[in-house]
Amino acid sequence: MTRDATTPAADAPARLIVIGNGMVGHYCLEQLVARDLHQRYAITVFGEERHRAYDRVHLSDYFDGSDAESLALGDADFCARHGIELRLGECISAIDRESREVISAAGRYPFDRLILATGSYPFVPPIPTPAEDASGHARLVYRTLDDLDQIRAAAASVAQREAPRGVVVGGGLLGLEAANALKSLGLEAHVVEFAPRLMPVQLDAEGGQALRARIEALGVGVHVDRATREIVAGEDHRYRMNFTDGTWLETDLIVFSAGIRPQDRLARECGLAIGERGGVVIDDTCVTSDPAIFAIGECALWNGRIFGLVAPGYTMARTVAGCLDDVCEPFSGADMSTKLKLLGVDVGSIGDAHATTEGAVSYRFIDEAGHGYRRLVVSADGKRALGAVLVGDNGYYDTLLQYVQNAIPLPADPASLILPQGEGAPLLGADALPESAAICSCHNVTKGAVCQAVAQGCTDLASLKAETQASTGCGGCTALLKQVFDHELESRGIAVDKSLCEHFAYTRQELYDLVRVEGIESFEALHTRHGKGHLGCDICKPAVASILASCWNAPIAEPSLIPLQDTNDTFMANMQKNGTYSVVPRIPGGEITPDKLIAIGAVAKKYALYTKITGGQRIDLFGAQLHELPEIWRELIEAGFETGHAYGKSTRTVKSCVGSTWCRYGVQDSVAMALTIENRYKGLRSPHKLKFAVSGCTRECAEAQSKDVGVIATEHGWNLYVCGNGGMRPRHAELFATDLDDATLLRTIDRFLMFYIRTADKLQRTSVWRENLDGGLDYLKQVILEDSLGLGAELEAQMQQVVDRYECEWAGALKDPEKLKRFRTFVNDQRPDPDIVSVSERDQPRPARAEEIASLAVEVSS
Amino acid sequence: MSLSTLAASTAAHGSSPHCVRLCTRADLVAHSGVVAWHAGHQIAIFYLPGRPDAADDRSRQPEDAADRSRQPEDAAGDCLYAVDNRDPFSGANVIGRGIIGELQGERVVASPLYKQHFRLRDGVCLEDPEQRLQTWPVALRGDDVVLLEADTRS
Repeated sequence: MTRDATTPAADAPARLIVIGNGMVGHYCLEQLVARDLHQRYAITVFGEERHRAYDRVHLSDYFDGSDAESLALGDADFCARHGIELRLGECISAIDRESREVISAAGRYPFDRLILATGSYPFVPPIPTPAEDASGHARLVYRTLDDLDQIRAAAASVAQREAPRGVVVGGGLLGLEAANALKSLGLEAHVVEFAPRLMPVQLDAEGGQALRARIEALGVGVHVDRATREIVAGEDHRYRMNFTDGTWLETDLIVFSAGIRPQDRLARECGLAIGERGGVVIDDTCVTSDPAIFAIGECALWNGRIFGLVAPGYTMARTVAGCLDDVCEPFSGADMSTKLKLLGVDVGSIGDAHATTEGAVSYRFIDEAGHGYRRLVVSADGKRALGAVLVGDNGYYDTLLQYVQNAIPLPADPASLILPQGEGAPLLGADALPESAAICSCHNVTKGAVCQAVAQGCTDLASLKAETQASTGCGGCTALLKQVFDHELESRGIAVDKSLCEHFAYTRQELYDLVRVEGIESFEALHTRHGKGHLGCDICKPAVASILASCWNAPIAEPSLIPLQDTNDTFMANMQKNGTYSVVPRIPGGEITPDKLIAIGAVAKKYALYTKITGGQRIDLFGAQLHELPEIWRELIEAGFETGHAYGKSTRTVKSCVGSTWCRYGVQDSVAMALTIENRYKGLRSPHKLKFAVSGCTRECAEAQSKDVGVIATEHGWNLYVCGNGGMRPRHAELFATDLDDATLLRTIDRFLMFYIRTADKLQRTSVWRENLDGGLDYLKQVILEDSLGLGAELEAQMQQVVDRYECEWAGALKDPEKLKRFRTFVNDQRPDPDIVSVSERDQPRPARAEEIASLAVEVSS
Repeated sequence: MSLSTLAASTAAHGSSPHCVRLCTRADLVAHSGVVAWHAGHQIAIFYLPGRPDAADDRSRQPEDAADRSRQPEDAAGDCLYAVDNRDPFSGANVIGRGIIGELQGERVVASPLYKQHFRLRDGVCLEDPEQRLQTWPVALRGDDVVLLEADTRS
């Protein structure tokens, strides 16, 4: 060895370069940071793509409305925050091992340690294609976002044709994903597989058959046992694929997904050891034939094997981070078990799925009617499970995986593990799992780690996920994680107390159901029947007031409701720090006439109010004293305003862009839709505030994807996004339904909002509610779009009742002297609150600070 | 001299202390608060009406009010509490606009700004016992809400 590159020089930090910013490359950075290695190494990362690391596992979501940003991994500023230099769109062309430098078109970069995370590339078999085909639509691939953009463009170019068709060559995992992508682009999708069955690596013949039947039922053509001889110009479609058996298939575009090859060019050219069929040779510590260079992920060849899954790549990344931190945990291979949902079909493959172990015995359950298939492979002595194949129902997966991975003794009748459940199939309880059992294989979280998190005080699933990262990778372990978590809580005697407060041993949802089912219309009635103690408190009173309002929409200023409400609801204004209120008239959709602007200005001037434009496109008037509120509202109502409910846990605003009326890009009238939505849901009480937005085109100027309900215009109608949030915990809204017409959009929002109101916890925004919803977005879609609970009509009727009963609370209050008597600063004196003192700043009033009040007092007295 | 409500209920039927009328029963808001001005003080008055069936004889004075050591209620079971309107945590005069509730058997008002709870009977803050609202003895005399100026009796 010419020099010791492993020890950082004493004066400068050692230089660590990572080539590749894919899933494994990014995970490696996270592991380096977790070990504080970013403080010991100057880290530079090169990514060939222009996007930062993104989730390739969920790539087909890109055609379901996800964009590059929502697929991106980690925070956008992850690298910047940790002093890691991220060079995207910069392709490394060579590695100079002599000078210890990597070389790109932009320059040379020295390194002390180098990590190759270059991944793989799709294998495109050398099949002759029409010479004049310049479009490349016969040789598309499916790996990167840019690839997907090309597929999208190719699909768009044939969209005008009658029954456009797309073919995927390769019936493996990625091939079926690609077929799903073609399907969501509106193409008739076909899969051509060389092997005699789909997913030949993971499934056996019967499993392949069951999967094929299910996929064909979805309208996807499946052609197995076909090798493509040539691609020529087609008659009805652009191309014709001629197969070696003499048959042919016409299509407008062809996506190749016939396997991957390790991206090992850089390693090969700089003389590192390369496997016979490709792949950078690594040892158990992920070190290549050059001790200063590591390789991880799909470019690495360990023990003669390439691992084409994310989890083994993550394990390698942890190994490397450990080695750099001098606590090396050797890589010892990886479990290739997979659980997937392909085209909506559950597919699972565990361990020795093909029963290659000597003497292995199989149990099979075949459901030809429902195209279900399950196989359990056990050892010759019948004591241990070796592997399994599942098609159609992955409900069995977690249990079987644990049997296989942890060598748990099988029950006397192993077949019971794959028989239809509901016949007393023994479910493997969480307590049967050893501490070392891997719950989340993406992030290597064991049962022990989950238990430890619980021991340290973690009592809800969301914080457990944040704490351990469990279930934040592929998400396949969600159900198992919950099971282990619940069991652990239970065994520790931690009853997860979901009581609203000491007066009601119910959750908000349970109270909601009681109120509706029993037709309860007052706090007293609910408290008498179902509560404890005498009075209630500041937790349960507003919560019940909100439930009553959501259910019956009685005016909020009803005398019986007033004592329940938070001060803001009681006085129908927002209390500020000095006890004054701010007033926000409703400005639907942010659209306002000059006359109304003048009216607001006149009121603000008359009452010396500080004015500010809000983020929700309206105007907030600050500094009104309690006794001034009725006068201010009398004038605002006279000018045509209604209350804006800025004080309530209720519909706030519907933000909009100007849309097709003015904007040269707009495709729909977003302002009109915003007005419709705001006028429909104004006054709606909910567990927490509700914000909406409508954008007139995909440029999304109204920022709809950060709202509880976001609507974005398309050429064919409206795309609906739900459960977004800005504020403290930003969350991208998720695409819920596409190309809705006006009526369907409103009906869908009706159902969505009412379902949220029914089931959310108190003060739970839609984003948190959604994250805690068992079954997630799919479940929500089933309930709202497919009406799986049969609730649709009821939810709509309930919403219509609330809409019909709307009245402006301020207009109602002004007519009622009983209600107005509350709006007195003092019941026995006309004076304003003498402690409210304002000073002028930037030509507007603001509350005086304590020291200013002190000095004012001095001036007055002197 | 303690200004606790215990003194208030004793005084309510005691030897005619000097009383000041603050407002009328009609000014009160049931299960909630209003604020009265008195000699530079802002007094938040909370009204918890009693049993509806006792409303007929609510003007009658209690005979053994001294035994009702905890809650200053009259024969109708009506309770009145008077505490300082100034929230010590924010410095704003907002206590009268808080929600009344009950925590571990104690009647409390929650500050509308930062939600600390103050015991109605003695003004002590549950979250920070160092902080305490001044309290006043008040009672219903017929339809009048009166402040029993306890200090004038000594």
